[in-house]
Amino acid sequence: MTLTAKDKEVVKGFWAKIAPKIEDIGEDALSRMLVGYPQTKTYFSHWKDLSPGSAEVRKHGKVVLSGVGEAVKTIDDLTNGLLRLSELHAFQLRVDPANFKILSHCLLVVLAIKFPDDFTPEVHVSMDKFLGAVALALSEKYR
Amino acid sequence: MVEWTQEERVIIKEIFSKLNYEDVGPKSLCRILVVYPWTQRYFAHFGNLYNPEMILANPKIANHGVVVFRGLEMAVQNMDNIKNTYANLSKLHSEKLHVDPDNFQLLADCITIVIATKMRSAFTPEKQATWYKFLSVVVSALSKQYF
Repeated sequence: MTLTAKDKEVVKGFWAKIAPKIEDIGEDALSRMLVGYPQTKTYFSHWKDLSPGSAEVRKHGKVVLSGVGEAVKTIDDLTNGLLRLSELHAFQLRVDPANFKILSHCLLVVLAIKFPDDFTPEVHVSMDKFLGAVALALSEKYR
Repeated sequence: MVEWTQEERVIIKEIFSKLNYEDVGPKSLCRILVVYPWTQRYFAHFGNLYNPEMILANPKIANHGVVVFRGLEMAVQNMDNIKNTYANLSKLHSEKLHVDPDNFQLLADCITIVIATKMRSAFTPEKQATWYKFLSVVVSALSKQYF
């Protein structure tokens, strides 16, 4: 399920709408993940406040979405483009890859809320494929 | 045995009360057929599914979208007994329709997305979590009679 030229065009176009709001969108996606899938909280036991909208959630949401932005920039070669992040997730963070799917879903829900008319089925499928490809690149170094 | 708090029951009933099945039904089906095109294998007899516009204009899809949501309504009305309520539906999906149960989660995700476009920020993280719990129980009940 490789990204077609059309997928990449759709993702870049849609990302242009997302980019100005990455802090809000990142915070919302992360909040939904932590509330809806409590097993994900295990990765943040070092935080003081895991509730929606907390300073830590907001800060980290921006970090995560900025990472996705990096992926958009290197969409033609995600494996190399995300090498640093892949090593980080593999050797330091060691996030079980199943959780990438969970966060991706939460991000798609936020996009549906924020862009109900733009997030058409065609945009949805390209974004879903893209986030899947990002997850794959992030788990590249796991084993 | 699934336990529901009073708050969860209210949330599920409230979300459902606002749904227009004729609208969200076909939209949810359209989304799964476009985002996960292999699911079209179950609708080969529905005729024209070439693109989102054709899918949404397809009367069989319109009809089936409502059928799906009427089915979900059964779960809402029997929240303490979803497994037994769905026993026959599960057998139907397994023995007659031969639907891979992994598809139930895909449709659940698409339904969630469509509801998010309707409810927008009213679909808070807490409501999303409760909604996910409800759909997980539905998916599990529908998968129960497979062997």
